[in-house]
Amino acid sequence: MLNLLPVLGSLYLGNHDPMALVRALPGNISQGLIWGIMAIGVYLTYKILNFADLTVDGTMATGGAVTVMLILAGYPPVIAVAMAFVAGMVAGFVTGILHTIFGIPDILAGILSQIALYSINLNITGGKANQAVSVDQFNLLVSLRYISKTILVTGIITIAIIAILYWFFGTERGFTIRATGCNPNMSRAQGINTSVAKVIALVFSNGLVGFAGGLLAQYQGNCDVNMGRGAIVIGLASVIIGEVLGEAIFGNKLNFCGRLLFVVFGSIIYYVVINFVCWLGLPSIDLKLFSAIVVAVFLAVPYLRAKSKNSYRRAAKGGTQ
Amino acid sequence: MLELVDVYKTFNLGTINEKKALNGVNLKLEAGDFVTVIGGNGAGKSTVLNAIAGVWPVDSGAIIIDGMNVTGLPEHKRASVLGRVFQDPMTGTTATMEIQENLALAARRGQFRGLRWGITKKEKKEYRELLATLDLGLEDRMTSKVGLLSGGQRQALTLLMATLKKPKLLLLDEHTAALDPKTAAKVLELSDHIIEDHKLTAMMVTHNMRDAIIHGNRLIMMNEGRVILDIKGEEKKRLTVEDLLRKFEEISGEEFANDKALLG
Repeated sequence: MLNLLPVLGSLYLGNHDPMALVRALPGNISQGLIWGIMAIGVYLTYKILNFADLTVDGTMATGGAVTVMLILAGYPPVIAVAMAFVAGMVAGFVTGILHTIFGIPDILAGILSQIALYSINLNITGGKANQAVSVDQFNLLVSLRYISKTILVTGIITIAIIAILYWFFGTERGFTIRATGCNPNMSRAQGINTSVAKVIALVFSNGLVGFAGGLLAQYQGNCDVNMGRGAIVIGLASVIIGEVLGEAIFGNKLNFCGRLLFVVFGSIIYYVVINFVCWLGLPSIDLKLFSAIVVAVFLAVPYLRAKSKNSYRRAAKGGTQ
Repeated sequence: MLELVDVYKTFNLGTINEKKALNGVNLKLEAGDFVTVIGGNGAGKSTVLNAIAGVWPVDSGAIIIDGMNVTGLPEHKRASVLGRVFQDPMTGTTATMEIQENLALAARRGQFRGLRWGITKKEKKEYRELLATLDLGLEDRMTSKVGLLSGGQRQALTLLMATLKKPKLLLLDEHTAALDPKTAAKVLELSDHIIEDHKLTAMMVTHNMRDAIIHGNRLIMMNEGRVILDIKGEEKKRLTVEDLLRKFEEISGEEFANDKALLG
């Protein structure tokens, strides 16, 4: 039986060209880098602020819509993505106000912004579900037609973003955000306005997501009103995969820079894995199901592992021996 | 230094859980007063401290700290004149940040926090010396995350943070209640030292009558949201637990029902 396995395997894989995986790798890396910027945004809210921000699904598409429309209107692509950053910041600001001033719980505040953005995004694109922007007509920053340029540009941008965030979270203002995310009561007792700290983090997080949306739209040559659907899941997957991997390799020595880098690695790995399961034959309509399962498993495993060391069943069997 | 004038606070007004927590509290502290606050469960001890700290706005009355009326200021704006240590050791520090970073947060209480470095080299040196005075070996673990410390260590660190910038008023809210007896005694001793060295004005809520008698120069007892007893000076020095119990019964007309306070 065991001898049959390789035979069956080669029969199955015979229809699949392993070189296709290798050829797809640069594309996966460029896609992973773009989504890595988005995932860094998710890291700011989910990990540092302890705020599960669902605005990002809308912000991603907003960034795309703003970028494409501005490029079509004749603005340089650099200005267009900069404005995508600003648009994302506005979206994050709204979520922050809904949460801090109007007392709406974090997840709900994010969902409200996300739904509102759906209409706003359609208004930006003039009522069309998608708008194309061709790399032949415009000198785009990134494009899937020029993969190596894309990797270079997004790689440099990513390093710059990580450097800026590393600096910012070492400043007094950055400290207030870290403290607010961990212990809001203590933060207020130390004179920190926790509402301001939350809004700042949401603003920058969504700014990054909008920026990533702007890059993604250029990369794929169009913006789509649904391009951000499930973005939070991809962002979380990157954050979690990166964290598990980073801690497995570096343990507690992993510093803030390292963590952000591993978020980007997590995103790249995510796209390599997605490409791999597609290559194995997973229909593309099942991709989001697969993504959700991956995230659920990565979230559940650390919890269950901790629980298994501390369970009633184990106690009934006579403890740890 | 602190003046409370007719402070009232009712929680859950108009519901079945309505609770008159503060019922006209009047209190005046002189600079350098170290007041211990005792009373049964629900007497309003911690509530008074929270009212002073501005955790929520009071219903009526005035809170004046060193001549400044802070009644209308939110919690984070009052923080510049207050130092606080809480009952739960987890509350006073930020677990995911380093020991030195926690101190740096406290050092900037009441200041605008901009884009300067969150902690400077000069500070690190100062904190090392400061931590050494605790005698807990924390000066060699400055870059450890606070989450790795024990409850007693975290409480000692919180105390240091609360007094790093000399506060006009130090609020200790049963800050040793969650510690084992030995650690509690050590943290109390440290509190005494710090209050004495910096000549601080302080309020300490405690469940333990003996602690309330030993520490401080003044003792107030609360019941049903009011200050019912205020003992200072020589009288305080001669006070015994039995005296306190008798006085409580005289004034409130009921027995002091709190085993923890009696046995402690």
